[in-house]
Amino acid sequence: MKAPPLTALLASLTAIASSQAAAQGDETAAPPPPAEYNAKLLLTNGISAVDGASGGGIANWATIAGRQSDRGFGLQAHATFIALPDFAYQSQGVAIGIADRMELSYARQNFDTLDVGAALGIGQGYTLNQDVYGAKLRLAGDLVYGAPHMPQIAVGVQHKRNLDGAITAAVGAAHDTGTDFTFSATKLVLSRSLLLDATMRLTKANQNGLLGFGSVAGGGYSLQFEGAAAYQFSRRLVTGVEFRSKPDNLGLGEDDWFDLFAAYAVTRNLTLTAAYADLGSIATFEDQRGAFLQAQVAF
Amino acid sequence: MSLTALIPLLLVQQAPAKTVDWDAEFGVEEEVRDPVTGELPVDPYDQSNTNAGAEPISGDRMAEQFGGQEGIRIIVNRMVDLSIEDPRIAAIFEGHDHVRLRRTLFEQFCYLLAAGCDYTGRDMESSHAGLGIRKPDMNALVENLQRAMRERGVPFGAQNRFLAKLAPMSRSVVTRK
Ligand code: HEM
Repeated sequence: MKAPPLTALLASLTAIASSQAAAQGDETAAPPPPAEYNAKLLLTNGISAVDGASGGGIANWATIAGRQSDRGFGLQAHATFIALPDFAYQSQGVAIGIADRMELSYARQNFDTLDVGAALGIGQGYTLNQDVYGAKLRLAGDLVYGAPHMPQIAVGVQHKRNLDGAITAAVGAAHDTGTDFTFSATKLVLSRSLLLDATMRLTKANQNGLLGFGSVAGGGYSLQFEGAAAYQFSRRLVTGVEFRSKPDNLGLGEDDWFDLFAAYAVTRNLTLTAAYADLGSIATFEDQRGAFLQAQVAF
Repeated sequence: MSLTALIPLLLVQQAPAKTVDWDAEFGVEEEVRDPVTGELPVDPYDQSNTNAGAEPISGDRMAEQFGGQEGIRIIVNRMVDLSIEDPRIAAIFEGHDHVRLRRTLFEQFCYLLAAGCDYTGRDMESSHAGLGIRKPDMNALVENLQRAMRERGVPFGAQNRFLAKLAPMSRSVVTRK
């Protein structure tokens, strides 16, 4: 599958962001408007999860993408690579944050089957592709401020379009498109330097949708859990663990996901993440553990 | 009235005498700094440690990590210096009594860190009413405080434990969306 014109998308988003910047000069009364960009504390826009939403690496969080204030527009773009024993995963995406209230995201996932493709008879290096369109709305609370026991709470929807319907049908999935619904609560517990997240996800997706949705044998929506616990070592460095439970609609022995990550804010606008990810069994190939690497730029 | 008709009127207007004391004319009272403290007077209010907005941290480990009262004073002064020069938020501090601000902030931090002070300032709500502070301003101040603490070598975990005392006060400080 051909990659979408991401550069064109990025260019137009940047144009939107800068026209918004020009529109900020309207306040004449003191105090003047603060910088609407780079207005967030470091790392509080999250990194970019595999689904494209702001979060951890594999778990969706209640954070909103972009470094805008509660007024401006923000932008976040990422590229992620996961090297596994039998597969190579790669994704890239963009997300816009609107006033730290709403997030719109898009991610393209490419899952290279390498030698497994040949073994399964779909072709050496056959790559499964998927588009994920997401929206997230912050309902209440604040990641950092406000009542200590009140987390930031957000609901999200992710519409996934697998571009390899023939494969998803062949493995027994009922659909090649599906929609996930998420409910997340995330808080930076300053007194312990801990970031905690808990997310419930209603999903039909098999391997995140890369193997389609549901099952012709009858697997439908199920409620799954994902979460993270991370320790903040400095303003720039946070390390933690993540977990994401997954259904096994296809009866292929699909496993829950784990990772151990370190995210480093090199500058206000560039965050690098390295993780050790355990994605378990994928398409009956066991023990898919490997390195997760991500570069994210955010404005 | 048309604009051209106004011009002769403007020309015959007499310039006000330079000697007029406009403050006196409009009944503006001159604020005089206290000769001892160097502070401007404020309207009376009830003094109480509860005005500090949170309970002090227990134990004296935190006070130690901040370098006692001396360290706290350096951190507060540095934070204020950074903030009044910080283009993001400098305007908010303009025209306010920085002498009093440094003293009351020191007392508040010292009280919250259990370093042996009482807080004699106003509560957070009335101190910040009408300042129009927004969340990004709060973030800017937090960054300046983090820098001041970092420069004094306060361990990051201790910095966060202190910020945990201040963060909930955003509800009284951040008044503008
Ligand atoms: C949790 C965070 C904050 C704390 C604990 C805090 C604490 C204080 C204290 C103790 C005072 C002096 C009260 C008195 O004079 O009796 C004060 C005044 C003031 N604060 Fe804050 N403050 C916070 C956030 C902010 C922010 C974010 C800004 C602006 C960016 C700000 C700007 C000011 C100004 C301009 C005054 C002087 C007000 C006056 O002169 O009447 N403060 N603050």
